[in-house]
Amino acid sequence: MTAPTLGAPPRSALGRIVDRVGGGVLQVLLVLIGVFWLIPTLGLFVVSIREEAANNSSGWWTVFTKPAELTLSSYSSLLASGFTSSFWNTVLIALPSTILVIGIAAMAAYAFAWMEFPGRDALFLVVVALLVVPIQIALIPIAKLYGALGIFGSIPGVVLFHVAFGLPFAIFLLRNFFAGIPASLLEAARMDGAGEWKIFSTVVFPLAKPAVASLGIFQFLWVWNDLLVALVFANTENQPMTKALQSQMRQFGTNVDILAPGAFLSLIIPLILFFAFQRYFVQGMMAGSVK
Amino acid sequence: MTDRLDGPQDPRGDLARGSSPGPHDASPASGGASPAPGGASGATRPAGDDGEVHPALSDVRSEDPRAPAAAPEVATAGPAAPGAAPAPARRSRLGPPPTMATLFLLPSLVLLGAMVLYPIGYSVYRSLYGANEKTFVGLDNYAAIFTDSSTLTTIRNNLIWVVVAPLLVTVIGLIFAVLTERIRWATAFKLIVFMPMAVSLLASGVIFRLVYEQDPDRGVANAVISSVSGVFGGGQGYPDARPRGGDQSPVAAEGRAVVSRQPARPGQPVLLPLVGVKPADLASAAPAKAAQPAPGELTGTVWVDFTQGGGGRTNQVDGTEKGLAGMTVEAVQDGAVRAEATTEADGTFRFTGLAPGDYVVRLPQSNFEAAFNGLSWLGPTLITPAIIGAFIWVWAGFAMVLIAAGLSAIPRDALEAARIDGATEWQVFRLITVPLLSPVLLVVLVTMIINTLKVFDLVFVIAPGSVQPNANVIALEMWRVSFGGGGNQGLGSALAIFLLILVLPFMILNIRRFRRDNQ
Repeated sequence: MTAPTLGAPPRSALGRIVDRVGGGVLQVLLVLIGVFWLIPTLGLFVVSIREEAANNSSGWWTVFTKPAELTLSSYSSLLASGFTSSFWNTVLIALPSTILVIGIAAMAAYAFAWMEFPGRDALFLVVVALLVVPIQIALIPIAKLYGALGIFGSIPGVVLFHVAFGLPFAIFLLRNFFAGIPASLLEAARMDGAGEWKIFSTVVFPLAKPAVASLGIFQFLWVWNDLLVALVFANTENQPMTKALQSQMRQFGTNVDILAPGAFLSLIIPLILFFAFQRYFVQGMMAGSVK
Repeated sequence: MTDRLDGPQDPRGDLARGSSPGPHDASPASGGASPAPGGASGATRPAGDDGEVHPALSDVRSEDPRAPAAAPEVATAGPAAPGAAPAPARRSRLGPPPTMATLFLLPSLVLLGAMVLYPIGYSVYRSLYGANEKTFVGLDNYAAIFTDSSTLTTIRNNLIWVVVAPLLVTVIGLIFAVLTERIRWATAFKLIVFMPMAVSLLASGVIFRLVYEQDPDRGVANAVISSVSGVFGGGQGYPDARPRGGDQSPVAAEGRAVVSRQPARPGQPVLLPLVGVKPADLASAAPAKAAQPAPGELTGTVWVDFTQGGGGRTNQVDGTEKGLAGMTVEAVQDGAVRAEATTEADGTFRFTGLAPGDYVVRLPQSNFEAAFNGLSWLGPTLITPAIIGAFIWVWAGFAMVLIAAGLSAIPRDALEAARIDGATEWQVFRLITVPLLSPVLLVVLVTMIINTLKVFDLVFVIAPGSVQPNANVIALEMWRVSFGGGGNQGLGSALAIFLLILVLPFMILNIRRFRRDNQ
């Protein structure tokens, strides 16, 4: 969006109406909406750093008059309860899932974009079709398959599932990007006698960094935030944070002192990633909304 | 850092989301129904036709003069502008043999085949068997979906979701996008509203469990409502207060109101003893006082005629008995209210300037209506609207960012031309801006429809166990019957297939669009 300049035409009809009504009203309105959007998360944070007794007796917003109620005891008791192991499980699931999807999808995307083989178009249509397949369809069959393979409940099983269901979108996104790379670059590399693997790994893949970053952030957060796959395929020992917290939801009232800090810890990493890589995050999230 | 939320954005990936309408499509349905131009299918196209590799998405815009101009990049920000890239023609001359492609594709094909395609087939097969996988039941599981009352509830709920949530998200996103257009700090606003998308739905669920706590002293939603309703004079609330039974009491119930039995006259204090008030409601009440008679004034006391620990005299104001503050008192003569007063902290009230005569003193019904105890957001009635509220909180930012991108791509001259022709601003918005935005609006709408069809986490996390049957949706019911104690993977498979069938139109839409865009 270009900076508004004097005499610039109003950007839209409503924009002009708004100008007439007065920008002040609009500003106030938007501040209120912004506050409204922030309050739920702020509430979770305050509850997580407030004494349990205080949470039981009064609303979190009263803390602003009684800052003495603040404490980190919920966090220390949460960490003492073994929550850290589920944090590491989340990391151990999210990182490999992301790296594997990028690697495997990039190879396929390269083939779809720059190689000739019979049935290529039909095959790519299948990938397009798979974009919207709900993961529910695979829960029962894969649970049976994992049982036979002996990886039901394990972290590799969870990772494999995320990789498979991350592939259609990843291939789609990368293939569209690869196809936009000027053909002359590839021709030149072929002239120089470079093999396909070398072209892929030294020419195409490095050029696709922005796409890979978007895909990587999106896939990482998708897996980090997943509950359903973990619920079905991870056993208690290998469960990520989402599943560990979910198991506490049954007694929500009495477990707030575990749930609030746990939920807040689980969203810290995504929030940091969000603010640090917002540009790629928005791209990945929007393109990935198909899931 | 923040340029992406700020700057013009191409709502890319609309094909991926399965919806971007073509030049003349009024709706996704008509888009899906129109034959692909040229009729050639991608599958049967000669291998030499390399037009395929054009990114689908930028082409969508270029063929539609009315659509917002495409931002330069499609799927990603990057050096390459796929729309402008020349088709890599003739590359086959130097291209690798097909066997090489197989190697590159192998890992993906194995994974997709084994973990996505095979499960579809297996689910179809499994759905024809009962809870015991050896018992063939034919289509009974599908029949069960449409006859069992609990699955019918899930279908009804999913229908509510699909109809209500996408529309609300799109409208709110449109409003936000328009409002932020001319604001300097639009980026900050967009960051805040978009932020929930980074957070897991589980954490969002925990967040909204806190928001929706019923006690207005704990849940922020009810706290807001109760403070607003308090401002507008909600019930003071002694719901259980009542006259003492029997004929000795000077007051009697009249409907839900309480009236004095004996006629009251100015100058003569009236006693209005009540019982049955919960001790908790009296924690901060002051001791009651007998009202002093005053010439020309009708005075009296409303109090709880009950001495804790015993020893009080009935119908007398004793030392430790509590006054009822804030009660509305009416002086009634010949059936008409002549004056109204409110009790003090000690329970006393006074009417001044009453004409001499006999009055009935009445405590109207409003005194006995319960104070606001909070809406039960998480109860059976409000649970689905409550969860949809959380869904909007999560997704409005997505809609806003996408629509804002479309908005910034609308050609200014079209708007200006309309204004010169004398269109009002509302007409310009309704007749030009919105139609020009319609491709983007449809993308958002369809994305949200797919999302609501598959909604699982929010319902699972926000609805308390006892209310889950009322809030249930197909995706949750599928998990519940298969893994959550239902013990019927036959029915679970049928539900999964049902879900797949529901998203099938969007899958077909995707393929049609993709093929058309690559002609």
